[in-house]
Amino acid sequence: MLRLPTFTYHRPKTAEQAVALACEHGREAMFVAGGTDLYPNMKRRQQTPTQVISLQDIPGLDQVEVHPQGGVRIGALAKLSQLEHHPHLKQHHPAFAHAVREISTPLLRNMGTIGGNLLLDTRCTYYDQTHEWRESIDFCMKKDGAICWVAPGSPRCWAVQSSDTVPVVCAMECDVELVGKDGPRRLRATDLYRDDGIQYLTKKPEELLTRLFLPPPVGWKASYLKLRRRDTFDFPILGVGVCLWFDAAGVVTKANVRLGGAGSYAIPAVETEKLLVGQKLTDEVIAAAGAAAMKPARTMDNTDQDVYWRRKVAPVYVARAIAACR
Amino acid sequence: MVLDDPGVRSPQGRTDAPWRHDAKREDLQHIGKPIRKVDARSKVSGLTRFADDLSLPRMLHMKLLRSTVAHAEIVRIDTAKAAALPGVKGILTGRDMPIPFGILPVSQDEHALCPDRVRFVGDPVVAIAATEEEIAWNACRLVEVEYRELRTIGGVHEAAANPEPRLHDYGVRGNIHRLENLEFGDLADGFARAAHTREDTFFFEGNTHLPMEQHATLAHFDKDGKLTVWSSTQTPHYLHKALARVLHPLPAHHIRVVACPNGGGFGGKSDPFNHEIAAAKMSMLTGRPVKIALTREEVFFCHRGRHPVLMRSRIGVTKTGRITALDFHSFLDGGAYGSYGTASTFYTGALQTVTYAVENYHFRGARFFTNKAPCGPKRGHGTPQPRFALEVQLDKIACDLGLDPAQMRLDNLAPRDSLTANFLRIGSMGLGTCIEKVVAGSGWKQRRGKLGRQPNGKYRGLGLACSSYLSGAGLPIYWNGMPHSGVQLKLDRSGLVTAFCGSTDIGQGSDSVLGWIIGEVLGIDPLGIKVVTSDTDLTPVDLGSYSSRVTVMTGNAAMQAAERARDIVAAGVAAKLSVPAGRLVFADGRVFDSEEPQKGMTWQEAVCAAEARHGTIGTVGSYSPPPAAAKFRGGGVGPSPSYSYSAAVVEVEVDIETGVYTVPKVWMAHDIGRALNAAVAMGQIEGSVYMGLGEAMMEEMAYRDRVHKGNRIFVHKIPSLLEYKSPVTFDMPEVVTYVVEDPDKNGPFGAKEVGQGPLLPMMPAVANAIFDAVGVRVDEIPVSFEKVHAALLAKQAGKEARFGPDNGPEGIPAVDFGDSLKIKTPWQGGDGTAWNEPKREKKAAK
Repeated sequence: MLRLPTFTYHRPKTAEQAVALACEHGREAMFVAGGTDLYPNMKRRQQTPTQVISLQDIPGLDQVEVHPQGGVRIGALAKLSQLEHHPHLKQHHPAFAHAVREISTPLLRNMGTIGGNLLLDTRCTYYDQTHEWRESIDFCMKKDGAICWVAPGSPRCWAVQSSDTVPVVCAMECDVELVGKDGPRRLRATDLYRDDGIQYLTKKPEELLTRLFLPPPVGWKASYLKLRRRDTFDFPILGVGVCLWFDAAGVVTKANVRLGGAGSYAIPAVETEKLLVGQKLTDEVIAAAGAAAMKPARTMDNTDQDVYWRRKVAPVYVARAIAACR
Repeated sequence: MVLDDPGVRSPQGRTDAPWRHDAKREDLQHIGKPIRKVDARSKVSGLTRFADDLSLPRMLHMKLLRSTVAHAEIVRIDTAKAAALPGVKGILTGRDMPIPFGILPVSQDEHALCPDRVRFVGDPVVAIAATEEEIAWNACRLVEVEYRELRTIGGVHEAAANPEPRLHDYGVRGNIHRLENLEFGDLADGFARAAHTREDTFFFEGNTHLPMEQHATLAHFDKDGKLTVWSSTQTPHYLHKALARVLHPLPAHHIRVVACPNGGGFGGKSDPFNHEIAAAKMSMLTGRPVKIALTREEVFFCHRGRHPVLMRSRIGVTKTGRITALDFHSFLDGGAYGSYGTASTFYTGALQTVTYAVENYHFRGARFFTNKAPCGPKRGHGTPQPRFALEVQLDKIACDLGLDPAQMRLDNLAPRDSLTANFLRIGSMGLGTCIEKVVAGSGWKQRRGKLGRQPNGKYRGLGLACSSYLSGAGLPIYWNGMPHSGVQLKLDRSGLVTAFCGSTDIGQGSDSVLGWIIGEVLGIDPLGIKVVTSDTDLTPVDLGSYSSRVTVMTGNAAMQAAERARDIVAAGVAAKLSVPAGRLVFADGRVFDSEEPQKGMTWQEAVCAAEARHGTIGTVGSYSPPPAAAKFRGGGVGPSPSYSYSAAVVEVEVDIETGVYTVPKVWMAHDIGRALNAAVAMGQIEGSVYMGLGEAMMEEMAYRDRVHKGNRIFVHKIPSLLEYKSPVTFDMPEVVTYVVEDPDKNGPFGAKEVGQGPLLPMMPAVANAIFDAVGVRVDEIPVSFEKVHAALLAKQAGKEARFGPDNGPEGIPAVDFGDSLKIKTPWQGGDGTAWNEPKREKKAAK
């Protein structure tokens, strides 16, 4: 079977120590929390750190703290299964809890953390393969090569944003906290991501994601709808995160619609958002908003299932995700 | 026509034995009871040692460098840098093992390492052994291989159109590996008498076995010149033969093959593999034990899975749906090597006649070589593809004629104890009962065609399909006159009974079958019997765990050995108790007088009494299937001691906007003759449902093809357990399982095959259910969401509500099949020979 390559395993006791180790080892270092993504990637030699910095001994980062107003501060080391079953999240942030439950399988959710899911590597059928396979195809630019096999004329990598929580977290305008050399900083989750398959994060490599902040559930409703082949296991090939703000009359005052699995970051469906603002959610409004969703999407033939079919059924999923906010 | 009656082999010719095939259940003490498997506790507690769990002192680890191109000549291999890497202990190339091998004598076309040519991405080129696996892996990266690339052959159309370059210098011609053309009866007359005729084209994409255990092998060539190979194999005997061939002049009796417990096989561990032979050779080279454990990706390269098959079926029926003529073409994409492909080709034509009576039948089959991983036998071997075509076509016929598909099938069942048009001998036949069970259970009559739109906006429908499968192939892989299975029993003074048999438990429970049968005959606890299997040094030959042969063949051999042991023990007890042997009863761990039950002794005392009288007690039993009725060339594939039957109803729920569908419930009935253990049998049936569901909905051996950029074609697209889509536990629907028992006289206690047959109806039943739900046909496996959606869009656009291969003349390759072999059917007075077949030299059995 595939085995892990040799590496040095570090167990820092604080976030600051972890960051210091990451600074010390530079590009050779990677953080590991649940390990459900990193270790398989290492076995396939997609990621090849020689220094693996475990976060498991850092205290307090697995806590879920509910603010009196209903906002939630979640430690990056909180297990996904802990979040999916959390009573407050299930009741007051059902879209987020649902998105967490849609990640992989119960076994992997028992190991995987929210921090790991928010920082999940982008995926591509030409990249998520063993070293030997990538050698056969001739390596791609995301690892060891120079070309993008999805779009050989392209100067950039088109690997796909594949986290279930990111579209909904971005739509909900959540914040995240990073700890770096100069201490912690807080930013919008949306600002953590970039439209690039390789450099898909804005954070510095040595910066450690420590917290996720969910806003108080007041005046808005969110939803998450996922398309995949097996409803029990697979990564999203489309993940629609919707968050709509309503006035007292039920008119949409603000709309965030984010498309996961449709490009290298959770793409804002700008046209859809425009069509929703100032409207009540009638069937006609929803259908039109769904139909407009895919214009900014960059759906390519680098995930599971037929690319043309994915484009055809995406508007149906976007419309259903919007309808779920009614 | 008079049928020979080979019967159950009973050396005493005993007719009153309680273990006749039609024995009443209440007369059996262990058979039919849900006894746990002999290896169950080790399996669930993780104590079972699979091949990759084995380790020996000074063991080296081996890796294979595999071809990165699909078709090329090897110009140069430079291993100097790899050899210089510290820790590397041995390097092999194709030159070190020049003798070719292959599972079938007619296709010895593989090498342990490719000597001069690679034929698919994954073909092994260099083997490197090192003190650590990582070193071997790194060393492989240092090998330089220069290829001169050849034009690739991608599928049946390409192979038919491009005779050059030939992948192999044998076969029919060009890249055609096999051509078969068999005609039974009078097709013209059959079609002339048909009230309705239709012609359809179907495609069944290839898929793979996906066993949880990846293949692993440990080889040790010791200082006495003896080689031992432990391997995850279903066929230790055939591996033994292949090793002896390639490792010549090492004598066969210096080679020992031990098949380890298999973590699933499904046909994928039935061929001798290059890594097994290379590990053995590497151990001979280095003088150290050598282990290789394949990665999941390499398991995809081993493959030998379901052939992609393109089929065209023309069928003629009477007003009531009775089949007057069937003209069936199959085109198999065989991949790079022969493997079992010759048999696979025949199997795409063999069993169409075993479920429903087919009056006149013409089968043409062609297998092609292509630059992909070699195809071979997977659960159902060659028969699921034509079964899909036939069962969907019959559903269309029923629709055309306004008949109930279930009733139409019931009206057309092949009769029990009969010969089919192609001279297969049907014995017991419980398909009618199977259909009745699933029809009643699913509410077919009330619900079919009426489910329609559900409150959730989705559409439900029901689909029905049937199948039949062999209980073991009637002929061995290589021509010989010896038994197919042998069992030895040793009776110890402690009362221990040890059974030795070459059969291999791949998870189906064949080790347990030995215990149950012997325990029943000897009246002792089956779990107290020691079973030693699949070790060529210790156990008599059994041909292997394939074609659902073990329960019937090993079971009959075990029964014969046990009967002989019983007679020896009975003689000893009779002498000691002064009771006629014929009055003795073997039950409850005792041997006693049936007229005075208190007069008797324990089993252990009985064994001692017998040993005192008889000497050391050992018996043997063996089994050969009854001779086939078919005498024409090609008639060797299809005959079996008995046939199992299955019927399924599948319910689907379709999202009409996207084509996404689910299977909420399945009803499956399987006639297995007799359940030796109903709990284990149901496990096999549910396993078939699961595997069939994967084939029906999603599984495919997908390759990058010519639409992909660059020349990197025929690389497997998705060789991983995550991305090769197959259902997981949570995808399993509710399954209602019916074990139907129609005992067959050729089976031990009447048992037939279990566990391959019920896979087959799943695929057509899903396709038929989609039609019932939303009125579209998907004539292609897998029935993916995309295809359902495409058919729905076609329907909305007013086009033919179908997704499938081209039904026109261009839809199938133009292949000259030559003249057919013409065989008169039994009802035409045929004797099983072809009247236009050239006389053949009769081969003498070795």
